[in-house]
Amino acid sequence: MITDIVVHGLFMLFAISFMMGLATVFTWVERKQSALMSDRIGANRCYIRVPFTNVKFVAWGLFHGIADGGKLLLKENFTPHTYDRLCYNLGPWLAAVPVLLLFTVIPFGGTLRIGDSSYPMQVAQLDAGVLFVLAVSGIGIIGIMLAGWSSNNKFSLLGAARASSQMISYEVAMGLALLTMVVTCGTLDLGAMVRWQSQLIGGVLPAWGIFVQPFAFLLFMTACIAENKRIPFDLPECESELVAGFFTEYTSMKMGLFMLSEFIAIVVVSALVVTLFLGGYNLPWMTDAGFAFPGGATWNMPQWAVVVLQVATFSVKTFLVGCFMIQIRWTLPRFRYDQLMAFGWKFLLPLAAINLTATVIIRWLAL
Amino acid sequence: MNKPTTRKRYWNEPTMGLWERIYILEVIRGLWITGSVFFGNLGKWMTGRKGALTTYYPEEMRSDYSPNNRGRHVLTQRPNGEVQCVSCNMCATVCPAYCIEILSKADFADPAHPKAPERFEIDYSRCIFCGYCVEACPEDAIRMVKDVPNLPGFDRTRMWGRIDLLKLWHPLTDPRKRYPAPPTGPSEPSERHR
Repeated sequence: MITDIVVHGLFMLFAISFMMGLATVFTWVERKQSALMSDRIGANRCYIRVPFTNVKFVAWGLFHGIADGGKLLLKENFTPHTYDRLCYNLGPWLAAVPVLLLFTVIPFGGTLRIGDSSYPMQVAQLDAGVLFVLAVSGIGIIGIMLAGWSSNNKFSLLGAARASSQMISYEVAMGLALLTMVVTCGTLDLGAMVRWQSQLIGGVLPAWGIFVQPFAFLLFMTACIAENKRIPFDLPECESELVAGFFTEYTSMKMGLFMLSEFIAIVVVSALVVTLFLGGYNLPWMTDAGFAFPGGATWNMPQWAVVVLQVATFSVKTFLVGCFMIQIRWTLPRFRYDQLMAFGWKFLLPLAAINLTATVIIRWLAL
Repeated sequence: MNKPTTRKRYWNEPTMGLWERIYILEVIRGLWITGSVFFGNLGKWMTGRKGALTTYYPEEMRSDYSPNNRGRHVLTQRPNGEVQCVSCNMCATVCPAYCIEILSKADFADPAHPKAPERFEIDYSRCIFCGYCVEACPEDAIRMVKDVPNLPGFDRTRMWGRIDLLKLWHPLTDPRKRYPAPPTGPSEPSERHR
């Protein structure tokens, strides 16, 4: 009983610190990666000084995220005087909490065995994990709409309208791409989907989603970037037209919460992509007991080593996918708004539907 | 009844071939370009070379300043090391940025130069490097040299060029405007002019 509570508490702690920590790291990655990409040096001024000495730890500018957080916390909380008090204050929370909730169903490791009991490394082991992901990611729109509508500003309202229409449009394509994987794996449980992906195709290639459903991977990735409201799809907060979109009227940590939830969304979406299409916490040919190579050779590892390796694999994969998303963000120019809608409804959605239909037919014939 | 709007066609509108219309191929090409630059610079950085065109300013400076660059003020000196300035305040008057501050002192023991600056300070956070002070000076006491003040700081009060900075100049080594050689005789030459 005590062990249960401790283990689940540790899982929750890991989930929250993983998201917060990786989101802070991604703010640094975004600065540094874009700098290296354009022959610059990037942020490198913040340091932590050892007290009473002149020894400064710069760490390649890693502390800029902490400095930003501290600065946002200490700023004046300026609010316009014509705003809806309740909705205005509720907006950031409703935008940030669903993003944090999304991580609960994502398995970040295999099964942890302590004594007789075994714990799947997941905050909440839901049978309907995919449905939970779709449902909760839809709630985030409400926060954005509330924020835009309640701050009594045309820029905010336009941004919120754009954000909600964009997120709803791309959620359809994202849902269809997810359904394709559900049909392929035959389960709604994300943990079971990862276990399904650890089998082999033809005895050699791991059955990762990216190899089984490459089209669905592309569609899902595109829809995810659109859901994140990042650059090729950043119509809700485009600086050139709407000052900052739906959070124009927010200052200090309320604005920081929107920014933080954006970066946490990158982490969560990368984790989702890893779980659904990149084999989750497993390396190729890895099982809960160790490695089983295609030639028939096996390498048994102790349980703790497997668990540590799985968590590390999951973290590194998530980090790399997030870096890829940042690479896309600094490479592509932005869509026009009509192009965005046309791309979502006339291109992504039919492709996702065709892909789903083909998958269903193949799956039906195979049964 | 509104006419259906048609988008204006521009003469230089880009034409998209099949390659661009597929879009994903162009995305991959763009990612290839940015990725190659990124990994090239990362490799340079990891092997200790410089992977950026920009400079890490106060620690490293550009080497390609123009020979005509006039970035720092110096106060010329008499052979005995005193500044040549008579603190007439002409430079401070003409300065369009109002960044020169002069505090005078009197020295009646030297009848040729009874007035001299006790403090001569230039606020480099406000100086626009126009060179008017050099033009206005009746005594050729202030000049500008090819250098930068290099006073970056987090604080405006630390960006003042004080008299010890302004005197950091060796008059005899300036090939352009040679300072007259120290007279031999009763006045003892200073250490720094040898």
